[in-house]
Amino acid sequence: MSAKTASKPKTVFRGTLYRGHEGMWSWVLHRITGIAIYFFLLVHVLDTATVRLDPELYNAVMASYKTPIMGLGEAALVAAIVFHAFNGLRIILVDMTAWASRHHRALFYGVLALWALVMIAFLPRHLMHVFGG
Amino acid sequence: MKLFRFDRLAWIFMRVSGFILIALIFTHLTVNLMQDGGVKAIDFAFVAGKLANPFWQWFDVTLLWLALIHGSNGMRVVVNDYVERTGVRRFLLASLVISTTTLIVLGTLVIFTLDPCPVGSPSDLLPSFCPAG
Repeated sequence: MSAKTASKPKTVFRGTLYRGHEGMWSWVLHRITGIAIYFFLLVHVLDTATVRLDPELYNAVMASYKTPIMGLGEAALVAAIVFHAFNGLRIILVDMTAWASRHHRALFYGVLALWALVMIAFLPRHLMHVFGG
Repeated sequence: MKLFRFDRLAWIFMRVSGFILIALIFTHLTVNLMQDGGVKAIDFAFVAGKLANPFWQWFDVTLLWLALIHGSNGMRVVVNDYVERTGVRRFLLASLVISTTTLIVLGTLVIFTLDPCPVGSPSDLLPSFCPAG
């Protein structure tokens, strides 16, 4: 028995381990972003409902969304939504086609790349609105 | 296998609604956070002006229903995954049904009953099409 045979099981398990790999991280991120977006949605329906009560009240409520801290919160919210959207498309593809389930790892990096592209397009404009006078 | 079991319908709904929600939410974010002044331009006049248009009424009501049902069904999956005590799980699932129904009814009423030109409100807060005074 040599070191060669001892190291063999490692090679056997490679690629079949779920934990710590792309599959796990996409699942964890999908869940965390989904829960975060859900709680914002609850608040967002309620804050928008004040538009029915009184124009001044609605404007006062909306003013709280225009502060620097909330502006950063909105950036995080959009980041979560864009990830959840693209990763959701990846899930649909993986469920529907054999090609996508073979290439689900590559697709996850595709999701991250698309997410980065959209955030690069969105962030400067949003931060300019929030911080630029 | 029952073809129309609840969980199977929910599984299909998540994929179909998710696909539609991507188009709806990306449009929602572009119009509300990217166009013109972004978040700083959102006030009563902006929202009332949008909701005076039947297109945005039906757009927003579709977004409201799909987002709340998609989000609460996601939360149902999360609750079923993590909450093992039957009593607590039933309480949380009932809370989800009640809060989702309440917000859907509230939001739908707000969208279809909003008066863009409420009598007695300062005219500088109202959409430009409202009669002066």
